[in-house]
Amino acid sequence: MKNLWLTAKLDVVESLRARWFMVYTLVFGGIVAMLFAFGLTESRVMGFVGLSRLLVTYIQLCMAILPIFVLITTVRSVAGDREAGVFEYLLSLPVSLSAWYWGKLLGRYIVVFMPVFLAMLGAALWALANKIEVPWNIFLYYTALLAVMGWCFLGIAMLLSTLARSTDVAQGAAFVVWLAMVLFLDLILLGAMIKNHIEPELAVSIALANPLQVFRTAALMLFDPQLIVLGPAAYVITDTLGSTGFMVYGVVYPLVIGTLCASVGYFIFRRGDLP
Amino acid sequence: MIQFNHVSKTFKGIRVLDNIELNIQLGERIALVGSNGAGKTTLIRCLLGEYTYGGEVMVNGLKPRRERSKVLQKIGFVPQLPPPLKMPVGQLVGFAASLCNSERKRMVDVAARLGLDFGKIAHLPFVKLSGGMKQKLLIAIAMGRDTSILVMDEPAANLDPDARHIFFELLAERLENTTMLISSHRLDEVAALVNRVLEMDRGKVVLDDRVAEDVSLSGKLACRLKLRRSEEAIAKALLGWNFTATNDGLEWQGKVAGPDRLRFLGMISRYVGILTAISLDENQGDGQ
Repeated sequence: MKNLWLTAKLDVVESLRARWFMVYTLVFGGIVAMLFAFGLTESRVMGFVGLSRLLVTYIQLCMAILPIFVLITTVRSVAGDREAGVFEYLLSLPVSLSAWYWGKLLGRYIVVFMPVFLAMLGAALWALANKIEVPWNIFLYYTALLAVMGWCFLGIAMLLSTLARSTDVAQGAAFVVWLAMVLFLDLILLGAMIKNHIEPELAVSIALANPLQVFRTAALMLFDPQLIVLGPAAYVITDTLGSTGFMVYGVVYPLVIGTLCASVGYFIFRRGDLP
Repeated sequence: MIQFNHVSKTFKGIRVLDNIELNIQLGERIALVGSNGAGKTTLIRCLLGEYTYGGEVMVNGLKPRRERSKVLQKIGFVPQLPPPLKMPVGQLVGFAASLCNSERKRMVDVAARLGLDFGKIAHLPFVKLSGGMKQKLLIAIAMGRDTSILVMDEPAANLDPDARHIFFELLAERLENTTMLISSHRLDEVAALVNRVLEMDRGKVVLDDRVAEDVSLSGKLACRLKLRRSEEAIAKALLGWNFTATNDGLEWQGKVAGPDRLRFLGMISRYVGILTAISLDENQGDGQ
C-alpha cells in the first residue's frame, strides 16, 4: 500500500510540473470565471436562474472537453514515459506492478478530477459569499457525474496506453475512441435508424452503452426528469429505468466501464513487456 | 546466484536472445560486451523482470518476473540513458529510498562522494541536470542501498576522471559481497573493473572468459610523460585527466586510476608520434 501511494504521489508531482496540467487547470478555471463574467448567474433559461444555470452549462462544457483532454493527455504521458525510458528505470526499483499501475492511475485521477471539482466548488463558494442560493442536490450529483466521468475516461486511456506501444499510436487510438463516441451520440444512430429501420429500443440501448450519452442524459435528468428535450427516446429510458433508476445508472455504468477498462489494461500490462 | 536457463526472447519474429545459458556467482564482476543489437540490454531487462521471455531466469532462487519486489530489492541498476524525469532530484532520491527501504542520507552521501553538491541540486528537475550529474545521481541511488547485485549499463561513460576514480573506489568497497554486471560496447572501458568477460553477438554468448584481476580498483598510478614538442590537442586531453605540465608543456605528470589505465593508454596512443617517454608507477601512486 505504501508503494501505491508513493507512486501516486510521484505521478501527481510529475503532472503538476507538466504543461498540459497548467492548460487543463486554466481551461476549467477559465470556464467558470467566464460563465460568471458573462453574467450567467443572472440569466434565466428554462426556468433556471442563479447557480443552477451556471452548473448546467458547466457540466455540458465539461462533457465536451474533459473526455478528450483526459484521453489524450493520459495516453501521451503514459506511452511517452514508456518510449522515453522512464519505465525502464523506475520499474527497476522494487515496486510491484500492481502498486505501480494502480498508483499511477490514482495519482492521475486526483490530478484530473481536482481542477474540475475545485472550479465547481469555487463557483459554489462564490455563490454562498454573494448570498446566491446553491442548489446542493445538483451540485452533489454533478460532482458524482464528474468524478465517474474522469474515472471512466481515465480507465479507457490506461487501457489504450497499455495496448499501444508508441505515443503516436496511443494518441491516434484515443482520438478515434472519442470520435466514435461523439458520432454515436446522434449522427450514426439517426442514420442507422432511418436506413435500417432498427427498433427504437435497440437504438436507445446502443446510445446508452455510450458513456458520453449517459452523461448527457443524466445531466439533463435533474432539471428535466421526463427528458422532454430528448423526444420519443425518453419513453424508452423512463419506462425501462425510471428517473431515479437512470440517475443511478448514470453514475454506476461509467464507474463499471472505467474499472473494467483499467483492469483489462492492468492484466495486459502485467503480462507484457514493461518498457 | 543468477541463472539463465535456456533464455530466449523474440521481437516481431526476430530472435534477440537465443537460448542463453549462464551461471553467475556471488562476487563475480562481469563485463557484458558486444556491438549494438547484440542483446545486452535485452538480457539485462530479462534479469530485471521487465521483459517476458522463454526459459527461466532465477536470482537467488526467485523469479524476477513473479517476485519482482523481492528480487529488485537486491539489485541496483544504472541505465545507460538517464530517464527524462521532471521531478526534483530531492524527490527522486526520496522516492527511491522509500521504495528500497534505504535511507535518503546514504544515497546523498554517495552522491557527495562522487562530487555532487546535493543541497544545490535537490530542488532542480532531474532532467535539467548535466549528463555527468545524472549519471552520478543514478550511481548514488544504486549504491546508496543494500544490494547484492549491481547492474550497470555504461556506468562511467559520462564521468570525469576524479569521479571515475571514486566510482571505482565505491565498487572496490563492495567486491566481497556483490555481483556486478557491467554492460559496455567497448571492452577497454570496463576491462580493468571485471574478472569475467561475456561477449554477446546476435543474441548468443560467443565468449565467456575469466580475466586476471591484478589491478586494484581503488589504486592510482603515478604517470610521467615526455613529449617531442608541445601540442594543443594532447595538452587539452591531459588537462582533462588533471595532469600538470612542466618545461613549457614538454613534460607532464599526473595520476591515473588503476582500472582506468587501459583507457588512459588508449587515449595517449593517439599521440604516440610525439611521445618520447612514458612511465606508469604503481608504487608512487596513492591509495595502494
